[in-house]
Amino acid sequence: MTKPFMFEKPLGMRDTLPLLYETKTEIRNKMSNEIKLWGYQFIETPALEFYDTIGEASAILDRQLFKLLDQQGHSLVMRPDMTAPIARVAASKLLKQQIPIRLAYSENVYRAQQREGGKPAEFEQIGIECIGNDSISADAEIIALLVSVLQTAGLREFKVSIGQVGFLQELFLSILGNEERAAVLRKFLYEKNYVGYREHVKSLPLSSIDKQRLIQFTTLRGGEEAIEKAMELLENGRGKEKLIELKELYVQLKEFGVEQYISFDLTLVSHMSYYTGALFEVYAGQVGSPIGNGGRYDSLYAKFGWNTPATGFAIRMDGLTEALGEPAKAEPIECVLFSREQKREALVFAKDKRADGKRIVIQDINAVQDVDAFTATFSGVHFFIGKGGASRDE
Amino acid sequence: MNSFLTIAMPKGRIFEEALELLRKADFRLPPEFDDSRKLMLEVEQENLRFMLAKPMDVVTYVEHGVADIGIAGKDVMLEEDRDVYELLDLKISACYLAVAGLPDTQLSDVAPKVASKYPNVASSYFREQGEQVEIIKLNGSIELAPLIGLAERIVDIVSTGQTLKENGLVEYGRIAEVTSRLIANPVSYRLKEKRITEIVERLTPVIESLAENK
Repeated sequence: MTKPFMFEKPLGMRDTLPLLYETKTEIRNKMSNEIKLWGYQFIETPALEFYDTIGEASAILDRQLFKLLDQQGHSLVMRPDMTAPIARVAASKLLKQQIPIRLAYSENVYRAQQREGGKPAEFEQIGIECIGNDSISADAEIIALLVSVLQTAGLREFKVSIGQVGFLQELFLSILGNEERAAVLRKFLYEKNYVGYREHVKSLPLSSIDKQRLIQFTTLRGGEEAIEKAMELLENGRGKEKLIELKELYVQLKEFGVEQYISFDLTLVSHMSYYTGALFEVYAGQVGSPIGNGGRYDSLYAKFGWNTPATGFAIRMDGLTEALGEPAKAEPIECVLFSREQKREALVFAKDKRADGKRIVIQDINAVQDVDAFTATFSGVHFFIGKGGASRDE
Repeated sequence: MNSFLTIAMPKGRIFEEALELLRKADFRLPPEFDDSRKLMLEVEQENLRFMLAKPMDVVTYVEHGVADIGIAGKDVMLEEDRDVYELLDLKISACYLAVAGLPDTQLSDVAPKVASKYPNVASSYFREQGEQVEIIKLNGSIELAPLIGLAERIVDIVSTGQTLKENGLVEYGRIAEVTSRLIANPVSYRLKEKRITEIVERLTPVIESLAENK
């Protein structure tokens, strides 16, 4: 590799300049406050974890992990998500104290990008995990909280699309007979390739009724009626139970009063194997990819020695900031320009301003080359220059 | 939602075939459509906005969400591997991706070379065959490469085979069948689901009846 330019950064790494920083801080404060009001507690975990633990347990693809070696030669990863580190902390400590437990985070995560260097490889996620709670009311709670958090952030139009991988799996197994064949179809859905899905279904040695059921399955999206349509595809058994659960979830979401943001997509497969029940993605207009996602992942904790169900969501700060549109106006900053003779007066003046909660810069005028250019960005300028003036006290 | 739906269309040959298909599905598109040089065209009565892009770029516009849906060749989708929904096989512009070269030749043992406009497709195809080859990316007139000695093999789309024949090349293998697909941005597919489903439902019977008549 050639030596980078002095101002170059590694692929996908971004600086946050003052205006964006302040916008993000404001959004983050609103959101974390709302999360706190629901009783979730924030925690922090390290940016570096072992590859063999967090790297393995994480839902993020291996090729997206940043890997490095520590001085003892262990493989490490930059954490690719927060769900796995939180599972580690909860399993090792917190679950011994309380179950269910509600945790929250707002941290940067790291995912190497394959293409087009402009996409961020480090980005902030705000999210929550509700651990040790396998009730439908936990699924409903986190979706209601997700809606509430996005509203608090100021987002008006968005949609939470809910799926149920449990139902999808039962349907596939009941028609296809084994996991191997079900995985092939699941992969087509994961790759969003409906054309390939339909062609594959046509090529399978199945009755035309079963083929029709599998084709019909791809249209299961929309409002509550999508669940009813799904009911017709299954005779009975566990798949139907999953749909009844989904209906119950919708009833509970109505109790929370968030149904206007909800739609269903039973073909949703966000990951090949991670999610185990209800899962969802959040979409906002103007942003080309989901701004958040989540769901139930009941098998992750087994990797940490606890057979504990869990559910949670993560919101991408960059996507949300983009969806919110123009950044908030920068908070006004005033400026005091002083010369040696009146420095004391200038400092007292600035201190009083700060006591009022105003932001104020103090600057020695002799160190400024172009006063007009320097003062142009401030909302107000105060001069304390030269001898004399009534304000000058000995 | 009654907002405009933006469709990214590939310029050139596929555009004409796609237009014919849309007209058969009763989309009321103005006649000046066919030979306009504008890159953005709005059709008020259908609430549609068409944008014309290089065929290779259609998937990019759709992935980034500036176009809600688009029409793209399967060859481009295989090459670009973008995060978009593949909704419908339009069964137009049928061709296939193939390996070709001069007759009675083999890949060089010392420095095997393959020239292609589809470096990713070519690379993964030869890797799957266990061959280690150098891929040379070209942007057009791929048939030149074996003639002039740049590469022993090329990977390119073949529709009638005429170009290969005229340049004295023969096929050594088929990689994939190619037709044009209707694709959708994942967010648009959720937020503008009704309109996109409606378009799929209008196109499906037309495609089926055309396929039967063939």
